[in-house]
Amino acid sequence: MDLALKDLGEYIVGELPNEVLGSEMAPDELTLTAKRESIVKVLKMLRDDVNCQFRQLMDVCGADYPEREQRFEVVYNLLSMAQNIRIRVKVATDEETPVPSVTGVFSSANWFERETWDLFGIYFSDHPDMRRILTDYGFEGHPLRKDFPLTGYVEVRYDDEQKRVVYEPVMLTQEFRNFDFLSPWEGVQRMLPGDEKAEEAPPQPKKPEGAA
Amino acid sequence: MAETQIRNFNLNFGPQHPSAHGVLRLVLELDGEIIERADPHIGLLHRGTEKLIEYKNYMQAVPYFDRLDYVAPQNQEHAFALAVEKLLGLEIPPRGMYIRVLYAEIGRILNHILNICSYAMDVGAMTPMLWLFEEREILMEYCERASGARMHMAYFRPGGVAFDLPPKLVEDIGAWAERFPKMIDDCETLLTENRIFKQRTVDIGVITADQCLDWAFTGPNLRASGVPWDLRKAQPYDVYDKMEFSIPVGKHGDCYDRYLVRMAELRESVKIIKQCVNDLPGGPCKADDHKITPPRRADMKYSMEALIHHFKLYTEGYHVPAGETYTAVEAPKGEFAVYLVSDGTNKPYRCKIRAPGFAHLQAMDFLSRGHMLADVVANIGSLDIVFGEIDR
Repeated sequence: MDLALKDLGEYIVGELPNEVLGSEMAPDELTLTAKRESIVKVLKMLRDDVNCQFRQLMDVCGADYPEREQRFEVVYNLLSMAQNIRIRVKVATDEETPVPSVTGVFSSANWFERETWDLFGIYFSDHPDMRRILTDYGFEGHPLRKDFPLTGYVEVRYDDEQKRVVYEPVMLTQEFRNFDFLSPWEGVQRMLPGDEKAEEAPPQPKKPEGAA
Repeated sequence: MAETQIRNFNLNFGPQHPSAHGVLRLVLELDGEIIERADPHIGLLHRGTEKLIEYKNYMQAVPYFDRLDYVAPQNQEHAFALAVEKLLGLEIPPRGMYIRVLYAEIGRILNHILNICSYAMDVGAMTPMLWLFEEREILMEYCERASGARMHMAYFRPGGVAFDLPPKLVEDIGAWAERFPKMIDDCETLLTENRIFKQRTVDIGVITADQCLDWAFTGPNLRASGVPWDLRKAQPYDVYDKMEFSIPVGKHGDCYDRYLVRMAELRESVKIIKQCVNDLPGGPCKADDHKITPPRRADMKYSMEALIHHFKLYTEGYHVPAGETYTAVEAPKGEFAVYLVSDGTNKPYRCKIRAPGFAHLQAMDFLSRGHMLADVVANIGSLDIVFGEIDR
């Protein structure tokens, strides 16, 4: 099964050498890295090729890695019922560069891409209906970016005098506490002096002389 | 006669409508009583679950999964537990797996009961709600006896389940599984051949198998269109490969078939529950690695190591090796998956939740077009939508 998946990865790279940058097995899931501009072509090939038949686009999501040059990753998870396998396709992008929309290939991409735009601010070009989807009407910012604070910037409350819901800057009665548990004191990772003796072969008991 | 300007009528359906199954705001464009366009506005229940999970350690993330699809909380936890175990490379003992399958099926019954009843109520039948909710209450009592909470169990944790089941509880579940099919029969006499129910559901919201694939439908909604696909069979997890059950499929992919598939799945779930109760093996219910699962309270009274494990586990949590996984389970509503990215620390770097309802609801426009206003209610009911998981 894993071997077949690895072969499939090599096959796809062979079919689309200019569009797919690489395939990787980790640990038993196949991940392809594709060029941003050719994602539509890659997904179309994955859907229609007789050896792939990834007819379902299960999920599209973003991931934010601020330390990278192209900080965002768009991750497409596909499923092939005919082959009973899954595949993951990734493209990299940044705040400005739009990713071509795949709504023309899979109708299900519509809302998934809207969600990715809403939460990460990754823009999809040629999308039929690029509106925010999960956040409030008139929301500003993209909450799943790593530089967006967990508490957000505004909070809402019903104002009894104005008789309507008002937005106010967020006020915390207690500072948000984010404990850093990644202490450098990780305990003893390596072997203690003398531990290597346990690895050595135990001394052979001497055979009593004269025994047959 | 002077020409009159005819304008389409816009209707706001929800967010406080009882048959919107939560906080769905549906903007409908009507030509008379015919739907021209349906635009669902979601996100009114958005709580930022994915963002919150990024700031919590792996064990603290578990309760958030209960609150996604709050109708069948166990099944969501199941996906998260499997994903974390996959990254950890952790094996859990057979008893733990059996208990998980047992409770996952209880979750499925909880969900299908609620869906069928509320759906029947939406299209005008009152009695199923009164009858089957009693069963739902009994099942939630079993949840409470296992974990202490009726709904939000936080029971399936990475490494196994939180607590072992008392023998009397297993016995009671077995006895319940014997008498429950009678209840399904009774309910079916009320609905399946009911003229009003059929008039409201047959040939409403038809979706073909190809369209299902295109719109990423999963679960009963996909099977109602005749695709025999079930992750419990196709990509079995825990002990589903040892269970004997069949996959009911529909033919037409309309609202009525979706109801029938759920009804048949209730019976299959009862079968699985019976097998779990009969075959439940002994032994521990969670993995023995106390770097991941908490030690027994009794051990902590005399074992220093157990005390240290307990302290480290409940302050720092455990570290998950760097890697990523897309792990899916067959939740009652369809494929519920977790795309988990770990960077080797004690908190998930990214945890994307793939909710089946999200994909189903986006086909709402496509399903409702050309139907009457009243059919929107039938469509929403048959898609089995819960906003906890859609809005996240």
